[in-house]
Amino acid sequence: MGGDDIIEVRGLEHVFDGFTAVRGISFTVRKGEIFSFLGPNGAGKSTTINILITLLPLQKGTVRVAGHDVAQEPGRVRESIGIVFQEDVLDRDLTVWETMEFHGRLYSIPRDERRRRIDDLLRVVELDPKRNERTKNLSGGMKRRLQIARGLMTRPKVLFLDEPTQGLDPQTRMRMWEYIRQVNKTGTTIFLTTHYMEEADMLSDRISIIDDGRIIVSGTPDALKNTLGEDVVYLETEDDGKARETLRGVEEVRSIKESPRGLSITISTDGSHCLPRIVERVRGAGIGISSVNLKKPTMDDVFVHYTGRELRDTTG
Amino acid sequence: MAWEFLTVYWREMIRFVRFRTQLFASLLQPALWMAFFGVAMSSNFNRFTSAIPPPPGVFSVDYLTFMAAGVIAMTTLFTSLFGGISLLFDKNWGLMREMLASPMPRTHIMMGVSLSGMTKSFIQVSIIMAFGLLLGVRFFPGFSPVQIAVSVIGIYAFVGVFSLGFLLFSSTISMRLETPEGLQGIITLLTLPIFFVSNALYPIQAFPPILQALSIYNPLTHLVSGIRYFALGSDFFAVGARYTYTTADVLGSFAYLVAFATVMYFLARRTFQRAVVT
Repeated sequence: MGGDDIIEVRGLEHVFDGFTAVRGISFTVRKGEIFSFLGPNGAGKSTTINILITLLPLQKGTVRVAGHDVAQEPGRVRESIGIVFQEDVLDRDLTVWETMEFHGRLYSIPRDERRRRIDDLLRVVELDPKRNERTKNLSGGMKRRLQIARGLMTRPKVLFLDEPTQGLDPQTRMRMWEYIRQVNKTGTTIFLTTHYMEEADMLSDRISIIDDGRIIVSGTPDALKNTLGEDVVYLETEDDGKARETLRGVEEVRSIKESPRGLSITISTDGSHCLPRIVERVRGAGIGISSVNLKKPTMDDVFVHYTGRELRDTTG
Repeated sequence: MAWEFLTVYWREMIRFVRFRTQLFASLLQPALWMAFFGVAMSSNFNRFTSAIPPPPGVFSVDYLTFMAAGVIAMTTLFTSLFGGISLLFDKNWGLMREMLASPMPRTHIMMGVSLSGMTKSFIQVSIIMAFGLLLGVRFFPGFSPVQIAVSVIGIYAFVGVFSLGFLLFSSTISMRLETPEGLQGIITLLTLPIFFVSNALYPIQAFPPILQALSIYNPLTHLVSGIRYFALGSDFFAVGARYTYTTADVLGSFAYLVAFATVMYFLARRTFQRAVVT
């Protein structure tokens, strides 16, 4: 493992009353990247994150976060990380400012420095006008932003985000993604768990797909999708049968299926390069084309490919 | 020196002032005890006990004054036993995780909560004493201003140690339980014997031997003795019995309460260090 790994997990296992939640996983997170744990609810994501942030005792394996062993030096780990919990973990009757002040004091940040950071962060997450509002009066998005600001207050080396956009509306989610990217740009490593595929896809430098307590596959979003090598071209023509004949013998075409809504052509390489030739060939044979569609594999397809199940189905 | 427990204390006090109903209830409840139970009982008890004359030369205390010490003790007991409930809410609302995942030592959580509970008891005790004076409680008979000042400090010292013990106990239970209902049940179960097998409302001299023996081990009895010593002096007559306290008695009671609080501290510390909250 290189010196650039900020999180190193080896052979991590965790059992709750006879139920094995995590079955021997190993992974590393590099300094400065956004790393996602993608998987359905109950896959072991939260258990893993709770061990990494020292809320659950380590049972088996080794875990180092920001250069410190979670079992040997939990205090040093706690000083180096920030956390945004899955649910809204806010005291309803404290104001926005008091929430930040409380957190800063928990971490013994000196008063002047603390006040300065609170002002800065509240401006960044656009909650400055709400500083004297009690948290129970904030909208869902504001609560999340406040928790992100709180998690950043201690200038953590790693920020843990457990399902950061769960239950938020689409616009608010996009805003959250922007905030997360912004935070990452300032050098903070981000470890996030999510069961939203597009979230992992849009945000992450690297993803590990986790299911049933195991890491099934890891890689960059593009690499994961490309390993499937299955871009699909959907073609609607005047004569599907004839078009199908014409496309026989195109090297990259792996298979062609006819359906009432046209042809679905599975391509073995990058579909975007192959598509013009397919169109030229069908047109050249004098067959009119009414629609063309290229579908790249999604993280959902990746998940299905490796687990045989749809992620959407398992999350309910 | 680590002062993070003051952070927890600060938050607890904000909550105390902000939960208006809780604030008023906690301030009103002891006053109501004095106003209704105290006045009603004293009119009866004074009638019964007037038949027993105090020994010559011994200062006689009316029932309202006698039981005022008991009401102070009772209020402290109830408030302290309930004091840990905020930890239960912290746990159920996930707020405990913010504290447990921070570098703050865990003992600071329980000390912050306990010290804020102690402060609440001090406020309540002050209100009872002030309100009692209005109702006709005659604390500090013939005391000089200096003696009164010393006595008030003495009462706060007893109340402080006692409440700390029960707050730490309450914190321990709260950390081990899942629901507020559970805590409620345990508290109800405990308050009855602790309150009634004590000298808070009546003399223990007339108890059957078993209850008398039990009451000696009851921390509440020692708290009440301490308060009466400081509020009424070392030799007085009330509810048909003569009370004399030597300095050794009072120091013994205080030492007992300190020992109780110390045991509770270590119990709570163990619980907090082992607690897993996710």
